[in-house]
Amino acid sequence: MIVFVCIKQVPGTVDVKIDPKTGTLVRDNIPAIINPLDKHAIEAALQVKDMNGAETIAISMGPPQAEEALREALAMGMDKACLLTDKAFAGADTLATSYTIAQAIKKFLAESSEIAPYLVICGTQAIDGDTAQVGAELAESLGIPHISYTSNLVVKDNTVVAHQELAQNEVAVLEALLPVLVTVTKEINIPRLPSISSIVDAYDKKKIIKWNAVEIEADITKIGYSGSRTQVWKIFSPEKKTGKIQITGTAEEIAQQLCKSFKDEKLI
Amino acid sequence: MICVKVKILQDKCTGCGACVNACMFGGVELQDDKASFTQKCISCGACVKSCPEEAIEIERETPAQAAKKLSEELNELRFLSVHRDTEHKGVWVIGEHASGKIHEVVYQLASKGHELADLLNTTLTVVMVGTGLEDQLDGLGDYGVDDVIYVNNPVLGEYHWEFYVNTAADLIMVYKPEIVLIGATPIGRDFAPRLSKRLETGLTADCTWLDVEPGSRLLLQTRPTFGGNVMATIITPDSRPQICTVRPGTFKPEINSSKEVRIRTTDFNACPEDCMAKIVKIVKKEKKQVNLEDAIIIVAGGRGVGSKENFKLLEELAELLNAEIAGTRMACELNWIEEERQVGQTGKTVTPSLYIACGISGAIQHLVGIQNAGTIIAINKDPEAPIFNIAQYGIVGDVNEIVPALIEEIKKTKCGKTIIT
Repeated sequence: MIVFVCIKQVPGTVDVKIDPKTGTLVRDNIPAIINPLDKHAIEAALQVKDMNGAETIAISMGPPQAEEALREALAMGMDKACLLTDKAFAGADTLATSYTIAQAIKKFLAESSEIAPYLVICGTQAIDGDTAQVGAELAESLGIPHISYTSNLVVKDNTVVAHQELAQNEVAVLEALLPVLVTVTKEINIPRLPSISSIVDAYDKKKIIKWNAVEIEADITKIGYSGSRTQVWKIFSPEKKTGKIQITGTAEEIAQQLCKSFKDEKLI
Repeated sequence: MICVKVKILQDKCTGCGACVNACMFGGVELQDDKASFTQKCISCGACVKSCPEEAIEIERETPAQAAKKLSEELNELRFLSVHRDTEHKGVWVIGEHASGKIHEVVYQLASKGHELADLLNTTLTVVMVGTGLEDQLDGLGDYGVDDVIYVNNPVLGEYHWEFYVNTAADLIMVYKPEIVLIGATPIGRDFAPRLSKRLETGLTADCTWLDVEPGSRLLLQTRPTFGGNVMATIITPDSRPQICTVRPGTFKPEINSSKEVRIRTTDFNACPEDCMAKIVKIVKKEKKQVNLEDAIIIVAGGRGVGSKENFKLLEELAELLNAEIAGTRMACELNWIEEERQVGQTGKTVTPSLYIACGISGAIQHLVGIQNAGTIIAINKDPEAPIFNIAQYGIVGDVNEIVPALIEEIKKTKCGKTIIT
C-alpha cells in the first residue's frame, strides 16, 4: 500500500500584523510552517503504516523554500518527500492545484513496481486560504471516493473505515475500498514529535524528489495562473462601520446605562 | 452503482420472511408463502443481501448510466423557464436538508439569489435532492424562487456526496445556469469542490458578499483572504457556471415575494448500498446542540476575559439576557469555551441583533464573522483595539469590573419588575 499525504507550507498567521500605513500584510519575519492540520494527516499516515505496513510519501506544491516543510514531514517519519516546484505552477487556484498534485500521484503510481492500492490523506483545510477544496477536487481528479471531515480512521484489508463529522450532533461511520482520499480534522490524533535521529536522517540521508511541470507531464492549460478558473478581480481593506458612541463612567454607571438601554429595547 | 429492478426467483424462495424484515420501506411482503414486492418497493436492494436462498436478483446500472437516463428524462420534460442550449442563464441554489427540514441557508441563499436574478433579468431555481420535503417547497416562492427541481427518493434522506454531485452535475449540464450558490456548511463544503472539478469550473469558498456586474454578467464573489486581513473579490471569467459557497448567516432570509413556484419532481433511483463510500451507521452524539447562527443576542469573549473562571461571568450575563455565549479563536484554543462556539473566519458567521464583545480586540478574522451583526457593544481595556472601529457602543474598561456590575444591575432591574407587577 502507498499512503500519500498532501501538505502545504503556510505562514504562521498567529503573528500576522497589518502595516498601518499601507494596510497590507507584514510578511517579513513570519515563520513558514506546515499547515497544522497537515501534521495530523502525516500522523494518520504513519499510524496506517504502523498497523498495515505501507510506503508513505509526502507531496507539496510550492516555491523551492517549501522544501523545509517536506524535511519536517520526513523527520516525523515519512519515507519519501516530493516537491512540485515550477514557475508554471505559480498563481494556481484550487482546481489547478488539485490537477497538479493528481499528476504527481499518477506518476508515483505508474513508477510503482506492482499495482499497489493507495490512500491519500489531506488536512481538511489550510489556515491561510481556508477553502477546504483541494481534497475533494483531488479525489475527483483521481476518480476515487473521498471522505471529508474525518475524525477517526482505520485501514484494514484494503478497506477504510472512517468517522465523518458533517453534522454537529452526529458521526457517520463510512466504509470504502481503497483507493480512497480522506481529509482529516484535528480530532483524529496528536501528531508525533520527531526524534533527534530522525531529524538528522531527514536532513542528511533522505532526499527530496523535485518535479517540474514537464516531469509530471502536466497539461500546461491546466496548471498555474493560466489553468485557474478563478481570478482575483480586486483586493481591498475590510470596510469599517462608523457612528460609534462611547459609554463612559465608573463600572456601575456604565452598567446602569447599558441596563437602561436593554430595558428600553425590551431585552430584559 | 444505481439499482434498477429487483426480481424474486419463485423456485428458490422458501417464504422465510427474511426479506420482509430487512426492508425499511414495507416494499416486500409474503403472499401465499412467497415473497412479493409491493408498490412501496424503491429497488434499494437491501432485501437481496438478506435472502439466505439467493432468491432475489437485482439488475443494476452504473452511476453514469443512471445519470444519463436522468438527463434524458429531464430533457424530455423541458420544463424550466430559463434559456437553454444557447448560453448559460439563470441563478441556481443547490439546497440541503436535515431531519426532514430544508436548511436555513437555503432561504438565505434564495433571498440573495432573487436579488442577483433580478439584476440579471433572469430566474431563480432551487434544486433539492431529498425526501419528505414536498410540503416545504411551495414556501420557497415567498423568497423569490421561480422553479424548484425536486429530485426525490426515500433513500435521499441521508446525505451522500455521490448523489448530490451526480445529480447536480447532470442538471447543470442540461440546464446551463450561469450562477450556482451553495451553503458553506460541512455538507456544502463536502460536495461543492467535487462538483466544480467535475464541471471544470471555478469555485469560490466562503463568500461574505456577492454582487453581479450586469454588463458582463460576472458574479463578484468577495471573501476574506490572507488570514482575513484583506478582502478579495474573485471572479470566474471564462467557465460556467460560476459556483460559490456562502457561510450560513451571511445573508438574511427575506420574505418579499409571493411567486407561484413551479415544482418539478423527478425520481433518482439511487441505492446508498452501492455508493463508493458507504454509510455503515450514524451515531448520535450526546451533546447539547449549539446554534449560534440563529441566536438573537450573543455574549462573546476573547483573550481579554483573562481566564476560564472569568468566562463563567459571561455565561451568567448570557443567561440573564437569554443569549448564547460565544468566543474568539483564541478563547477556544485556550479551552475557555467549546470549539463549536467559535465565531470568526474559522468558526461561525453570526447575525444577532445584539453582539456584546467582551475583551475581544477585534482581529479581522473575528470581525468577518460578525460583520452582519446588528448592534455591537464592545468592552475592552485597550482604547486602540480595532473592535471599537466597528462597534456602535464602545466601553473602554476592564471586562471583569463592568460585566459583574452589569449582572448586578440587570438582576436589580428584573427584581424591581417582579415587585412592581
